[in-house]
Amino acid sequence: MAAVAHEAHGHHDSHGHHEAHGHHEETFVSKYIFSQDHKMIGKQFLMTAVFMGVVAMILSILFRIQLAWPGESSDFLSFFLGETWAPGGIMKEDMYLGLVTIHGTIMVFFLLTGGLSGTFSNLLIPLQIGARDMASGFLNMLSYWFFFLSSVIMLVSLFIETGPASAGWTIYPPLSALPQAIGGSGLGMTLWLLSMTIFVVSSLLGSLNYIVTVLNLRTKGMTMTRMPLTIWAFFVTAILGVLSFPVLVSAVVLLMMDRLAGTSFYLSDIIVGGEMLANHGGSPLLYEHLFWFLGHPEVYIVLLPALGLSSEIISTNSRKPIFGYRAMIGSILAIGFLSFIVWGHHMFVTGMNPFIGSVFVFTTLLIAIPSAVKVFNYITTLWKGSIVLTPAMMFAIGLVSTFITGGVTGIILADSALDISIHDTYFVVAHFHIVMGMSAVFGMFAGVYHWFPKMFGKMLNKRLGYVHFWITIFGAYGVFFPMHFVGLAGAPRRYYDYSAYGEFDTHSHELIMDLNIIITIFSIISALGQLVFLFNFFYSIFRGPKAPQNPWNANSLEWTTPVEHVHGNWPGEIPTVYRWPYDYSKPGAEHDFIPQNVPLAEGEEEH
Amino acid sequence: MESKLMHLIVIVLGVIAIAQLVRVYELSAKLRKEGEHETNSRDNKLNARMMLVFMAFLFLGFIWLMLTYGWTGRGEAASVHGKELDWLLDLNFWIIIIVFFLTNTLLFSFAHKYIRKPGVKAFYFPHDNKLEMVWTVIPAIVLAVIIILGLRSWNKITDEPVKESIRIELFSKQFDWTARYSGEDNVLGKYDYKLTTDNNELALITTNTIDSAIAQMESGVSGIKTLESKLNDRKIMLVPEEREKMVVDLERKTRLLRLLYQMRGHHNPSVDASAWDDIIQKDTLFLCEGKEYEFNFRSKDVIHSAYFPHFRAQMNTVPGLPTRFKFTPDITTKDMRVKRNDDKFNYVLMCNKICGSAHYKMKMIVVVLSKGEYKKWMDGRQSTATFKHNYFPKAEEASSTTAGATGSDSTAVAVVDTLK
Repeated sequence: MAAVAHEAHGHHDSHGHHEAHGHHEETFVSKYIFSQDHKMIGKQFLMTAVFMGVVAMILSILFRIQLAWPGESSDFLSFFLGETWAPGGIMKEDMYLGLVTIHGTIMVFFLLTGGLSGTFSNLLIPLQIGARDMASGFLNMLSYWFFFLSSVIMLVSLFIETGPASAGWTIYPPLSALPQAIGGSGLGMTLWLLSMTIFVVSSLLGSLNYIVTVLNLRTKGMTMTRMPLTIWAFFVTAILGVLSFPVLVSAVVLLMMDRLAGTSFYLSDIIVGGEMLANHGGSPLLYEHLFWFLGHPEVYIVLLPALGLSSEIISTNSRKPIFGYRAMIGSILAIGFLSFIVWGHHMFVTGMNPFIGSVFVFTTLLIAIPSAVKVFNYITTLWKGSIVLTPAMMFAIGLVSTFITGGVTGIILADSALDISIHDTYFVVAHFHIVMGMSAVFGMFAGVYHWFPKMFGKMLNKRLGYVHFWITIFGAYGVFFPMHFVGLAGAPRRYYDYSAYGEFDTHSHELIMDLNIIITIFSIISALGQLVFLFNFFYSIFRGPKAPQNPWNANSLEWTTPVEHVHGNWPGEIPTVYRWPYDYSKPGAEHDFIPQNVPLAEGEEEH
Repeated sequence: MESKLMHLIVIVLGVIAIAQLVRVYELSAKLRKEGEHETNSRDNKLNARMMLVFMAFLFLGFIWLMLTYGWTGRGEAASVHGKELDWLLDLNFWIIIIVFFLTNTLLFSFAHKYIRKPGVKAFYFPHDNKLEMVWTVIPAIVLAVIIILGLRSWNKITDEPVKESIRIELFSKQFDWTARYSGEDNVLGKYDYKLTTDNNELALITTNTIDSAIAQMESGVSGIKTLESKLNDRKIMLVPEEREKMVVDLERKTRLLRLLYQMRGHHNPSVDASAWDDIIQKDTLFLCEGKEYEFNFRSKDVIHSAYFPHFRAQMNTVPGLPTRFKFTPDITTKDMRVKRNDDKFNYVLMCNKICGSAHYKMKMIVVVLSKGEYKKWMDGRQSTATFKHNYFPKAEEASSTTAGATGSDSTAVAVVDTLK
């Protein structure tokens, strides 16, 4: 098998592949379950992520109902939470915090890291660089199954007696270290830590594979500066993952030791539940540093793949080359680099030395520059284009809008002086949900609509795609835009109920209560809108019309492979690359696109 | 149950209906010979128009929210540095609002204007160094201004407090706040968490408190002696887990006791005075208009965050790590009530870091008094409610003040009453 894989993946083989393939019988298990084919693994990631995404979305609807109508009995809550966690249809305080925590964890790690980068890196890296498969199909398979295992553990933690982890998705100790402080810090937190550790294993196996594949398995002619921006984005994302995720593991291991072995890495001078602990000398700030050293690059691990996908989609559907290809690569690299030296902006008011805070202000605001370059390049790509508004294109345009809207509020939060009074309020919630959540989800949807034909050989229904897009963008902006105002009114995040505001500030109280209802209504609408997508997705897998080979008239190599998946991607020789992937509407060309495997015409200049 | 069944049936029927509609649509598309990958110009135009509709929704929604709620829903800043921060926030807001409108307008109007038209080819425009330079340099300059102004305020806010600023400690635990005023000497007494006992909740260090902590650890209700006698008593049957737990407990307490004896050995009684005159205050935090305060934060159990939205102040309280923040309140509660036209308004201190189930209830009302009122209140507290008064309640002659450190004593009530 190893030999087969080796032959099949070798990048110079042109005929060896077919003979190798002949000996290899595919069973149901090896094709659909323990598959080592990158296309199948990509689909497995997508399916798991869609499931996890739906779970996390339902969790968010549950706590949104609590926020909009606190203290009112709800059938919906009692249906999902039962008598234990919602006696009489009213959610328990502990469960509220548990839902918030697991919603955040699933969305950030399982949907937007595993789902987004797992799906599209797997699907697109070999196809777009012209490789037969990933460098190691076996590690790739392991990567998925570790992801699956960690997803199962995370879901199981929702059903245990003491409740899921409920210290917020950042699980700051001592709260997360002391079961006496909150029920969810018992078994629920242990499962959370276990799940995340396995998740990191999955992420590392995947990322190392992506890096090696991009560096070593590019087809002839595919120089680094002829790679599609998607690949650049996945490549840098994988590097960020490899450098930052291990730090999360170290934070988690130390926390485990504080919980189980009586060490004092994060604990000092604590009396909890009437018990005086002997731990002395530890510091929660250490945890915060370790966590955010992953946590901030994580934002870009989520965001960069989405930006990469949208670069490709916007260029293809504007029928124009992406504007400033090299500047786009440069800004991906700059964002990747800067993302490692800005983590302290999450800690301006934690007691960290204010001078260090000011250094982080400076580095953080620098990120706005490459981000601005990206936005203006997208907009210029649209300018004087010949735009085809496919559902994928619309989601990509939506992504640019949310990237702007969420990005500009980052300027306020990065400014330590201004952060003092809005830190940990709903303003922050609004900011990162728009810039990271909406943008990455839009990027993911754009990717699914665009590459669905490549994944399943079928077409999605475009009308349902339009409906889905419009419900999602109206709904999601309706959810997150008003949150800025809730935050500016001084409403802290992770509050179970804001009724207490009535005691001291009627104005803010009314504002928060009114807007919370509006937000919840929009969130229910956008959740229902996702049903349209789920229906379209599953229906089209089975009954969608057959896809043509190159449905969007795109240039990159994946569209030169046959619609029916074959092991090794190309039945014959791997195509050679002669040009960059953005020769759209090139003057003098016959068609408005020239695939990468078409040699330069006589007298034609490479861009 | 029945209603759940009905819901299920409705959902299933709904899905079938959509599936049928999709089939019809697909058949008609087939008749029109149009694949799902082709976008006809009617759809293209419709969606392009929707881009403008959406842009209008986004902008009008924003303007409506702005007009209805304003960008400072929490009202005018009530502290000196808060006013400066609000000015800075306004400036930053104007910058980002301009960028928000400008770029979103370009994005959606281009998406509308440049949709595919028959016979019009896209303009091949791969790059332009000048343009790229423009949108690298302009943001860089604007950001430089933002950074410089921001850091100037930040440095001022986090600078050392002036000498005469009043020291207050804010002590946090699940789920309430306790304030400790530094008393007449304006020095906060030292503390050590190991000294926490029922009558010394804030674990202040004095000769007496060390002695009583040792006594409690040795022979209190669940002290070392009790534990030992239980473990050694053959008449008591203990489940192995319980015994295990008690052994661990005993070990921990023995270690703590050793540390307490060390503390007593090193204790210098001359620092006791700085603790005795401290004033412990619950429920309401009284501040004086125009005075600078240096807040020292402490946590007993988990991380909390002291968030004063109206004073634009916030700092985490971290177990084992003292933190600080200073500010000067400059509008009294009375004046603010008039300004906000809300006679029930109060300033507040809230917890803004997830700390457990009742996190959302963890707050303390803050009242800013005028200088005269504050002095009157403070004098009352100093003569009746210092740590010393409360620690030795019987020794005090002024037995009328039974409220102790925890109650809201009559003087404070009187002052608050005058506000109403």
